[in-house]
Amino acid sequence: MFKFLSSEPVHDATASSTADTEVKTTTCYMCACRCGIRVHLRDGQVRYIDGNPDHPINKGVICAKGSAGIMKQVSPARLTQPLLRRPGSERGEGEFEPISWERAYELLTERLGRIRATDPKKFALFTGRDQMQALTGLFARQFGTPNYAAHGGFCSVNMAAGMIYSVGGSFWEFGGPDLDRAKLFVMIGTAEDHHSNPMKIALGDFKRKGGRFISINPVRTGYSAIADEWIPIRPGTDGALFMALLHELLAQGLVDRSFLQRFTNAPQLVVLDEGEREGLFAFDPAAGPPGDGRHPHNKLAWDLASGRVVQAYPEGVEEGRQLALEGHYKLADGTRVAPAFQLLRDRVADTTPEWAEDITGIPSERIRQLAREVGETALHQAFELPIPWTDAWGKRHPTTQGRPVAFHAMRGLAAHSNGFQTVRALAVLMSVLGTIDAPGGFRHKAPYPRHIVPNYRAFNDPSMIKPNTPLNAAPLGFPAGPDELAVHEDGTPLRIDHAFSWEHPLSAHGMMHNVITNAVRGDPYEIDTLLIFMANMAWNSTMNTMEVRKKLNARGEDGNYKIPFLVVCDAFQSEMVAFADLVLPDTTYLERHDVMSMLDRPISEYDGPVDSVRVPVVEPTGNCKPFQEVLIELASRLKFPAFTREDGTRKFKDYPDFVVNFQAQPGVGFLMGWRGKDGTEHLRGDPNPRQWEMYARNNCVFQYHMPEDQQYMRNWNQPYLDFAKDKGWRQRNDPVQLAIYSDTLQAFRLAAQGKSKGRQPPEHLRERIATYFDPLPFWYAPLETACIDADRYPLAAITQRPMAMYHSWDSQNAWLRQIHSHNYLYVNPRTAQEAGIEDGGWAWVTSAWGELRCMLRYSDAVEPGTVWTWNAIGKGSGAWQLAPAADESRKGFLLNHLITEELPFAGGHISNSDPVTGQAGWYDVRVNLRPAAPEEPAETFPQIATVPSAPGVLGGARKVLAYLVPRKP
Amino acid sequence: MNNPVQPAPETLAKQLALVIDLNVCVGCHACVTSCKEWNTSGAAGPLTDLNAYGERPTGTFFNRVQTFEADSYPDTQTIHFPKSCLHCEDPPCVPVCPTGASYKRKSDGIVLVDYDKCIGCKYCSWACPYGAREFDEERKVMTKCTLCVDRIYDELLPPQDRKPACVKACPTGARLFGDVKDPDSEVSQAIRERGGYQLMPEWETQPANHYLPRQITLSTVPQAQPNFRLGDFLNGEPASGKHKPGSGAMEKDAR
Repeated sequence: MFKFLSSEPVHDATASSTADTEVKTTTCYMCACRCGIRVHLRDGQVRYIDGNPDHPINKGVICAKGSAGIMKQVSPARLTQPLLRRPGSERGEGEFEPISWERAYELLTERLGRIRATDPKKFALFTGRDQMQALTGLFARQFGTPNYAAHGGFCSVNMAAGMIYSVGGSFWEFGGPDLDRAKLFVMIGTAEDHHSNPMKIALGDFKRKGGRFISINPVRTGYSAIADEWIPIRPGTDGALFMALLHELLAQGLVDRSFLQRFTNAPQLVVLDEGEREGLFAFDPAAGPPGDGRHPHNKLAWDLASGRVVQAYPEGVEEGRQLALEGHYKLADGTRVAPAFQLLRDRVADTTPEWAEDITGIPSERIRQLAREVGETALHQAFELPIPWTDAWGKRHPTTQGRPVAFHAMRGLAAHSNGFQTVRALAVLMSVLGTIDAPGGFRHKAPYPRHIVPNYRAFNDPSMIKPNTPLNAAPLGFPAGPDELAVHEDGTPLRIDHAFSWEHPLSAHGMMHNVITNAVRGDPYEIDTLLIFMANMAWNSTMNTMEVRKKLNARGEDGNYKIPFLVVCDAFQSEMVAFADLVLPDTTYLERHDVMSMLDRPISEYDGPVDSVRVPVVEPTGNCKPFQEVLIELASRLKFPAFTREDGTRKFKDYPDFVVNFQAQPGVGFLMGWRGKDGTEHLRGDPNPRQWEMYARNNCVFQYHMPEDQQYMRNWNQPYLDFAKDKGWRQRNDPVQLAIYSDTLQAFRLAAQGKSKGRQPPEHLRERIATYFDPLPFWYAPLETACIDADRYPLAAITQRPMAMYHSWDSQNAWLRQIHSHNYLYVNPRTAQEAGIEDGGWAWVTSAWGELRCMLRYSDAVEPGTVWTWNAIGKGSGAWQLAPAADESRKGFLLNHLITEELPFAGGHISNSDPVTGQAGWYDVRVNLRPAAPEEPAETFPQIATVPSAPGVLGGARKVLAYLVPRKP
Repeated sequence: MNNPVQPAPETLAKQLALVIDLNVCVGCHACVTSCKEWNTSGAAGPLTDLNAYGERPTGTFFNRVQTFEADSYPDTQTIHFPKSCLHCEDPPCVPVCPTGASYKRKSDGIVLVDYDKCIGCKYCSWACPYGAREFDEERKVMTKCTLCVDRIYDELLPPQDRKPACVKACPTGARLFGDVKDPDSEVSQAIRERGGYQLMPEWETQPANHYLPRQITLSTVPQAQPNFRLGDFLNGEPASGKHKPGSGAMEKDAR
């Protein structure tokens, strides 16, 4: 009594709240980083999620998104019920009736069964941020449709393809910077992105050790904030910077010549004479067919020691050889040839720092200094690790050569229509410094390096699209030449997205951003059913948003929808859901099984392969089902061969059963840990019925550490290559010579020039292919520039993802949206003042394709020729169960409204994408600014009609939210 | 006031504190939501949100990250600045509390609010020169960072987990936790060796939390001009309307 009068506290601030919690481990999915998490539960409710200290990816840390996972789990925007569009309502109105799963399955089985039995390509499956492409791709292949891809085409395929076609691996899950041993780290075109927690951990350690960090970016936010130096650059000009750096490095002799001679195609002789072998590597007819992108054998080099031509392998790598990197030579038959490196020298002869200054805005003197810094650090401050290793030609290297300069780049390079060649230029820059899979440089992660070109041909045979028949190849892959394109005899595209066609030959991740526009146009044909998983194609995941929304609702003269049936699977009521004919409610990441598989996108570390799983830690909400379960069920009902026993019964009970028992090749399945009947075999072995249990007991992760002498130089490390082949990670154990010069690209160029005998591109695409399929990297202005009045649109406009949010996913998150409930356009004060716009004022932003109204903020952290904003914060009114007047819809905006999905081309149109890979050119858009008039409404433009709540949506958005999982009394 | 001469602050033998390394903070907000997540169901919870799904959402966060710019283009610095209660050695929020709800623990120096005594008068938040207090509009009580006092002594947790949630979460390791009175502690060493500083020392509140400044690593190779300032090289006038620290563009977002 009267305790409140005492000086002792009444409220016990130290009371433990951990006594009755249960901890389960799984894998985060608040972004694609895939950290290990511990979910602390009380009576099945999530009390707390923290990082798992025993997980190799995040080592116990967790980010803002991961810590806000609870608010995703309880989001009012959760869909809980299959829904069918209300008869008579229009797409986009969001009027639905709930149906049972059985009814949904019946509808789908009947419809998809009919399509599959008649014309399977009329079914298209495109997925957003999924991490199960091994299953979704298999589903499409078994269905028999080539019309499948994930979101990579509008994400970062330039980064993947540009580097994989050059060095056999790429950034993020394929490889990354070795900051443990680097002295200098150069980050280009990255804000906060893929692999975020590992990058943050590494950056923190690197900075504490006194490492030098240079950020090259139009904007200084995120990681760039802690850079020792920020070098602002104009968007879309990074390629010019790399070309100038190459110019300087070559001019100053700051290149790793012995590395280039042995481990790259730099010394290989390129035919200079005109004809069908022009620009390809010379070969010895007596030694068999010529090498090409896939077959690196039978190439020639000039040996200065003996003064004659030698076989590049194995003669060229014998002791005492001195392969020429420069000069011009003649073969015995009189053919004029030059080493590939000579051609690179010729290419960069004119790409001086002064030339690049005009393009990039970076002073030439700074470019020179940067070249010296990266070159001298890589070569003169190098170190050797006392790790002997054996290369592919049997040479034992007593030590492993370190090169302490690491680079990292991502979408800032990739999301331009010149991104492929820009990324190529970066890869070549990294290669001439000898940093590839070297300590302190760029390091691969298993199963990378892949072969150059990877041994995965995309489906490309029109005659193999047959009723009730799986395709003879996976829908996605890496073309090595014109013969592998997915085109008809007349050169027209085989796929609805035009991927792997002459328009975008190396579109290794497909071109999801053109599916809706093409399907509505019937180009190249009409489809029947489009199934979209977890991609907000009616809002922030599409270019030209307002027009695409109309297209989703477009009807033909017969009154029927141009896309007759639209199925959307998502966990939340996104803007896309409103357009669905059928809605399939997905689970959250805490309610499902998932695999991060070596067959797909594992979470490997530099020192060896790692895969992981998710296991359900809470019960599914309402009638949600994991999309994987839906696919397994449909595949079974549709009796796909891979899912059906000979007696016609289903092969797999459910998704976990499929994961354990499906084998891509004998002993190789989705998960590599605890294989074999008794769970004692790793990497390869028979299926283990208790594999899930073993993962669940081991932090949901399996990590394999390669022996030390197989952790570096893996492009050429013979024991590693043999091991990787044996474990099914690669098909051959050939070394992966770096492609300083890409004969693969040249093969396409020869076809376009009419010089080679095989397939030829359609006339209207010849010049385009001949221009952009340059075997050496080069810089060109992004393609939009030539289509618009550049003087009228003087500013580049770009977006970034905020660290606390993952695309559109996090606006329904009560905690994260308090960090960013709306966005501004950030503009350099000088630029804004020239346009007459106040700090905080409303402005119109206009591109050649559209306009929007938004609020503007002055920022000195952006170069004056660039404006930028956070991506995917703007929302459609009522979507995501936000109040109609929520900040996201009234003050938030999308830059997407200003970006076109197609550019005018040859009297028609073509995707607004990289001409090589089909990567969406998000960051190419040019804009101008003008102040909004004072009488205009203080809200962003455009606005859309408020969508109603979907039936069964979890709802319960309260004015006051007080999340509490109480202690037991 | 009842006592015009403030007594000298009692010197405690132990003072727990955070030391925040601005050299590595990338502004990811991990500390913000991990704090919220732990504390909303902890002894200090719930941490209420108003308009959670509506216009102008606002809620209780014990820890926030502010982002501001310093200097002008192109020599701009972008600074991410996490801020929470500084657990002052002489906390002005304590003597102003009419009910004794605001108090400083003698055993470890943590400044706390006793919810059962707080009447929500907000004197303490007016007295705090750092704006570190958070009023809970639902419970009508003042709340603030507790340094996760319900974690750090919880013997049910493994010893390595007995840290504030923000410290455990921080991906760049920008948050150190320990006793600033112990000269051998990690935090004391960091303050000594890295030039750790207090916020607004002129207020004589003696904040226990410290910040470690940016450290710039210069070129890895000798350069003709070691301190390259891009602004000296770029043509044209420096950007007009120079921004002072604190008036930066992204500040609104961090609110």
